[in-house]
Amino acid sequence: MNWVIKMFSSSLGQKFIMALTGLFLCSFLIVHMIGNLQLFKADDGLAFNTYAVFMTTNPLIKLTSYLLYFSILFHAVKGILLVVKNNKARPVKYAVQNGSANSHWTSRSMGILGTIILVFIIVHMKNFWFEYKFGHEIGYTSYYTNLATGETGSKEMSADYTQFNKIEEGMTADEKGQYRLVIVKDLYKAVALQFKEWYLVALYVLCMFAVAFHLYHGFQSAFQTLGLNHSKYNGLIKFLGIWIYSILLPAGFAAMPLFFFFK
Amino acid sequence: MEKNLNLNLKVWRQKNADDKGKFEEYKVNDISTDMSFLEMFDVLNSQLITEDKDPIAFDHDCREGICGSCSMHINGRPHGPKHAVTTCQLHMRSFNDGDTIVVEPWRAAPFPVIKDLVVNRSAFDRIISAGGFISINTGNAQDANAIPIPKDDADEAFAAAACIGCGACVAACKNASAMLFVSAKVSQFALLPQGQPERHQRVSEMVAQMDLEGFGACTNTGACSAECPKGISLTHIARMNRDYIAASFAANEK
Ligand code: HEM
Ligand code: SF4
Ligand code: FES
Repeated sequence: MNWVIKMFSSSLGQKFIMALTGLFLCSFLIVHMIGNLQLFKADDGLAFNTYAVFMTTNPLIKLTSYLLYFSILFHAVKGILLVVKNNKARPVKYAVQNGSANSHWTSRSMGILGTIILVFIIVHMKNFWFEYKFGHEIGYTSYYTNLATGETGSKEMSADYTQFNKIEEGMTADEKGQYRLVIVKDLYKAVALQFKEWYLVALYVLCMFAVAFHLYHGFQSAFQTLGLNHSKYNGLIKFLGIWIYSILLPAGFAAMPLFFFFK
Repeated sequence: MEKNLNLNLKVWRQKNADDKGKFEEYKVNDISTDMSFLEMFDVLNSQLITEDKDPIAFDHDCREGICGSCSMHINGRPHGPKHAVTTCQLHMRSFNDGDTIVVEPWRAAPFPVIKDLVVNRSAFDRIISAGGFISINTGNAQDANAIPIPKDDADEAFAAAACIGCGACVAACKNASAMLFVSAKVSQFALLPQGQPERHQRVSEMVAQMDLEGFGACTNTGACSAECPKGISLTHIARMNRDYIAASFAANEK
C-alpha cells in the first residue's frame, strides 16, 4: 500500500486525483443532462418525476451517487489545497507579470472558477437534492394516462397526502376508459416554481459560465495530466472539450432555468 | 540605420539573500538597436561604475543562447517579449524609444535571490543528481549506430535534450512548477535504449527531488512551453506523467 500513498501524495499524484475525479464529474454531467432533458417534455413532469424516483432508489445508481459526492468533495478540497501549495512556491510575486502572453486565463483561474462551481453545487443540492430527500415542501401529484388515447392529465394531491414510497402506480377507470394512475413526488413542480425566481435563474446561468470556463481548460488538461497526449487524439479531445463541455452542456443546463422562467 | 534608443529601466536591486530588495530606476541613452539586452546592461553597468555605484549583478556566460544562465524577467515575461530566445539573444530592436522596461529576477521559492538579478538554481542540479543520468561502465566506445534507434525517437530525444536548464519554465509558471525542465531531462533518456535500465527509478527519484525542492504542481497552463527558449514541448510532461504512473505500479517496493 505504501507505493499507492507515495504516488498519490507526490505533486504528480495529487494531479492524478484531480484528473480522475474531474473526469468522473465530467461523465456525470452527461448523465445529468440526458436525464434532465425530460424537463422539456410537455407532460406536466410525469417522465421527469418517475426518473427522479428511479435515480434515488436504484441501488447501483445510489452507490454511484455516493462515489460522486465523495469525488466532488475530494476534488474541491484537493483543488484548493493545490492552489495553496502552488502559491507557496512563489512567495515573492512579480511586480509585472504578463500571463496572457503565454497562457489562457481559464487555465490560470481554475481555483476561482472551481470555487464558484462549489458554491453553485451547495445551493443546487440544498434546493433540490436535500428538499427532495429530506424536506417536507415537495408535494405529490397524480397522473392519469388514458390507455386508449394516450392523453395524460394531472392533479395535485392535497398537502396532507404522504406515503412511504415516492411513487405509487395502479389502474383506474371511468366512463371515458381505462387509465394508468401514477402518484409521484412532484420534483418537477419544485423546479418550475424555483425557476420563477429571477435571482436563482441568474445564479444558475452565471454559474454555467463558470462550468464552461472550468472545463474549457479542465477537460483536455485532465488527459494531459494522465499522460494521454498523442498528436493523433489531441484534436478529438480538444474538440470534445470545447463543443461538448464548454458549449453544449453549459448552454443546455442554462436553458432549463430560462425555460421555466419564461414559460 | 534605426534611431538609437533612450530608455527608462526599473531594475530589482537586492544586496543579498536576506535583504528585502527594491526597484531602482535608471536611464540609459543612445542604445543601439543592434545591441543585445545584456549589452545594454553592460552599458548601464559601466555607467554605474563611473558614478561609483554598485553595478547590477546578473548571470551570463555564453551570450549565444546555449548556457541558460541569463535569467531576467523582463516586462512580465522570462527573457522578455520575444518567442524562443534567451535574454542574451534578445535585441534592443524589440523595444521602442522612451520605453520603460521592468527587470526582475526569477521568482520561485526554490530559486532564492543571491544578489540583484542572480538567483540560485542549484535545485535543478540536485534534481539531475537524483536521477538525470545513465550509469555506464567505462570502456571502449561502442560503434556508432550499433544500437538501432527509430528516427522519430531519436528526434524526440534530441528535442528534449535541447533544454539548457535556464529555468524560464519555472519563472513563467504561475505555480513555479519545474515540470517542463524535469520532463525534458526524463524524456531525453526515456526515449533511448541507453535510458531503459534506470527508466522507472529515474523518474521516481527526480520527481521526489523536484517535490522536495518546493516547486509547485502542474496546472497544464502551457506558460512554460510558450516561454521556453528551446521550445520544449508539453508532450514531455505527458510522457513523464505516464512514466511516473508506470514506475509507481511496477516498482518492487510494496
Ligand atoms: C462540475 C464540477 C466539476 C468538474 C466537472 C470539474 C472538472 C475538472 C477537471 C476535468 C479538471 C482538470 C484536472 C487536471 O488538470 O488534470 C479540474 C481541475 C481543477 N478543478 Fe475542477 N471540476 C469541477 C468542480 C470543481 C470544484 C467544485 C472545485 C473547487 C472548489 C474545483 C477545483 C479545481 C481546481 C483548483 C483545478 C485545477 C487543479 C490544478 O490543475 O492545479 N473543481 N476540474
Ligand atoms: S525546459 Fe526550456 S525553459 Fe525550462 S529549463 Fe529547459 S530550456 Fe529552460
Ligand atoms: S548567456 Fe548563455 S544563454 Fe544567455
